[in-house]
Amino acid sequence: MNCDEFVELVTAHLEGALAPETERRFVEHLAECDGCDRYLDQIRTTVGALGRLPMQRLAPEARDRLLAAFRDWPAG
Amino acid sequence: MPSTVTGSSVRCMADAAPAHGVLPADAVVVARLRVRDEAMFAALIDAWSPGMLRAARAYVADDHAAQDVVQEAWLGVLRGIDGFQQRSSLRTWVYRILVNKAKTRGVRDARTVPSGSLSPDQDHGPTVDPARFRGTDDPYPGHWHSSPPAWPSPEDSAVAAETRHQLAAALAGLPARQRVVVTLRDVAGHSSDEVCELLSISAANQRVLLHRGRAALRAALEHHWIKEATP
Repeated sequence: MNCDEFVELVTAHLEGALAPETERRFVEHLAECDGCDRYLDQIRTTVGALGRLPMQRLAPEARDRLLAAFRDWPAG
Repeated sequence: MPSTVTGSSVRCMADAAPAHGVLPADAVVVARLRVRDEAMFAALIDAWSPGMLRAARAYVADDHAAQDVVQEAWLGVLRGIDGFQQRSSLRTWVYRILVNKAKTRGVRDARTVPSGSLSPDQDHGPTVDPARFRGTDDPYPGHWHSSPPAWPSPEDSAVAAETRHQLAAALAGLPARQRVVVTLRDVAGHSSDEVCELLSISAANQRVLLHRGRAALRAALEHHWIKEATP
């Protein structure tokens, strides 16, 4: 496998979506190529950091309005 | 990750949460909402609104609009809960309402997420600059000219903060469909199946959008760290 092919298969690999033969060639290449090892690692770092982006909370007034609407909602 | 977010959000308002930091099973939540258990509704909106704000932000122009969309979505949940058939998970159902509200608002704000087929310029072609790889006249064609440069350690908290700052900006700049898929998958932590169902796209299509989005974000971080390293 060449590096330019490897980089396009990274997501399919992480999703477990590669065909067994392609997965085997992917892992073989990974074991012998420092550049692709680092590329995959940087993709993982990127994905990990996305999961830690700051979360916002619903504005307290909006939360109060929703709870008031819920309270006044006729029972089904 | 969604479980962490859910857990911490619920823990923050332990006084109103009916369970100890974890939402009960869908059937229990739905039954309690139908008997108008306010503490259950409060626990649900506290647990899920942060992720919903993120998802909404992928469609609309600013945080204010995202707040509006999430509120409208919860009102939609209120309107629909008595008729909810539980054919999908509660979370998927709630997010489907959210995505519909967000799309409507996005259209009004002229920040449309195009539907239909993939556009050829954004969704085809290499995700890494071909100039980074050796040409056909090289003994190792298709291999890196030189390895991607190392990044500073993400264990350094200043680096981690800068990474998040750069990522938030790069995410906002992604093509709309990539932005939505990356936000739902990697930021809000939905599964591939959930995202396909929510957006009515195939698994292959979803993977292409995720792949291109992630590659573009990695490239943005690389660009940033190279620039930082250059005096």
